[in-house]
Amino acid sequence: MSISAKIPLSLTINGAEMNLSVAPWTSLLDLLREHLDLTGTKKGCDHGQCGACTVLVEGRRINSCLTLAVMQDGTRVTTVEGLATDGVLHALQQAFIDHDAFQCGYCTPGQICSAVGLITEGKASSAEEIRELMSGNICRCGAYPNIVGAIQQAMRQS
Amino acid sequence: MINFQYVRARDVADAVRLISADPAAKFIAGGTNLIDLMKEDVERPSHLIDISRLPLKTIEKTEENGLRIGALVPNSDVAYHLQVAQRYPMLASAILAGASPQLRNVASTGGNLLQRTRCPYFYDRATPCNKREAGSGCSAVTGLNRMHAILGTSGACIATHPSDMCVALAALGATVQVAGLTGERTIAFPDFHRLPGDTPQRETTLEPNEIVTAIALPPQGFAANYSYLKIRDRLSYAFALVSVAVGLELEGDRIKEARLALGGVAHKPWRDPTAETALQGQAADRATFTRAADVLLRDAKAFQHNAFKIGLAHRAVVRALTQAANGTPQSQSNKKIA
Repeated sequence: MSISAKIPLSLTINGAEMNLSVAPWTSLLDLLREHLDLTGTKKGCDHGQCGACTVLVEGRRINSCLTLAVMQDGTRVTTVEGLATDGVLHALQQAFIDHDAFQCGYCTPGQICSAVGLITEGKASSAEEIRELMSGNICRCGAYPNIVGAIQQAMRQS
Repeated sequence: MINFQYVRARDVADAVRLISADPAAKFIAGGTNLIDLMKEDVERPSHLIDISRLPLKTIEKTEENGLRIGALVPNSDVAYHLQVAQRYPMLASAILAGASPQLRNVASTGGNLLQRTRCPYFYDRATPCNKREAGSGCSAVTGLNRMHAILGTSGACIATHPSDMCVALAALGATVQVAGLTGERTIAFPDFHRLPGDTPQRETTLEPNEIVTAIALPPQGFAANYSYLKIRDRLSYAFALVSVAVGLELEGDRIKEARLALGGVAHKPWRDPTAETALQGQAADRATFTRAADVLLRDAKAFQHNAFKIGLAHRAVVRALTQAANGTPQSQSNKKIA
């Protein structure tokens, strides 16, 4: 294998099966944004500290900046673009609008994907537990109270 | 990040063979620390050997009724595993005190042991660091060392080990199971991580061709009287200034057995049998706890910016012992310290 060799991988991204070929040093985040034009997932710090790049792999929330695309071969990836179904917003997307849970919006796709993972995990019920288990997502506009309110609304609906 | 070659290990023996063939190769499991360090150009592996698909992902009872945690079980799955949560709540609590849910979903058990220090000079390639470049010097000894170690330091390095999970594993008396070219061996937890001495670039006693396969927990989990108390600059998602793992076995108001380990204060989780002896057989009260903290911190040495850590560690030890004795462990969601 030469150093420049690309590696084949197949991923199911937002329900669509894709056969791709990437250099091994491509992060899942860069694959999504730079190769597939799925720019909903944001690059904030690129070091796993801000959560803006959060996506769901096999339904689990992860930082897409800290995993190599080739390591995810064969998995199902869901990004913020894959949450709405048939033009109807996901309950969390609607809840973020209802609660005005953002200002600049840059952290929002990561917040929403992280909250989808949080609800699936089922470990948070109180506002305090939501805050703790959303601590991997930073919002520098400080929309935290509204983000917690939006997640509580979506939890009541789920 | 430099360019590298990528290969997937087929099984443990294949992983060992691959890593033995190239001293500049590295294993990658979760990658949450390694990829970050590669982006910073601190780690520059020639090959990444992907071990994430190896069958080291189970948690099962051992013959002696302890628990064996596969090296590739993600941190979240350990923390929320029923047996861990019920029998080893100190370990569950310590894991949930560290990182973020996204990182815990990916970071592996073995990788948690092998993560590198977050000393800013280790990350900053423009400054000397003996850990990054042996013999270049330590920038932290005379630099900004507020976060740095107070125990077991050397002139060559005052970095701390960043793990929360490992502090609980030290207190619980876990063992590390590893495999290499010549077979398997078991390493007692106190022998796994090293003090810096003159070779801070060597952080563990793992040989270059060895792979961590599992962590084994002994039967005693101190589930009734334990606490993991972590003190940090913000309440969530931050490394410890000081953390304390405590497990007590009480007989009436006397301490039958005690376990006590500190995080954020040394190059390895700091467990000192002398401090545990100071607790054993004594009344579970403040006077005893204060004596144990005195013993544990007797050799603590501060640098220019971290003298506060000695008093902080002392108070945290007394508080964590009190929480454990009262059966009121520190909550990892309500951060109010009771």
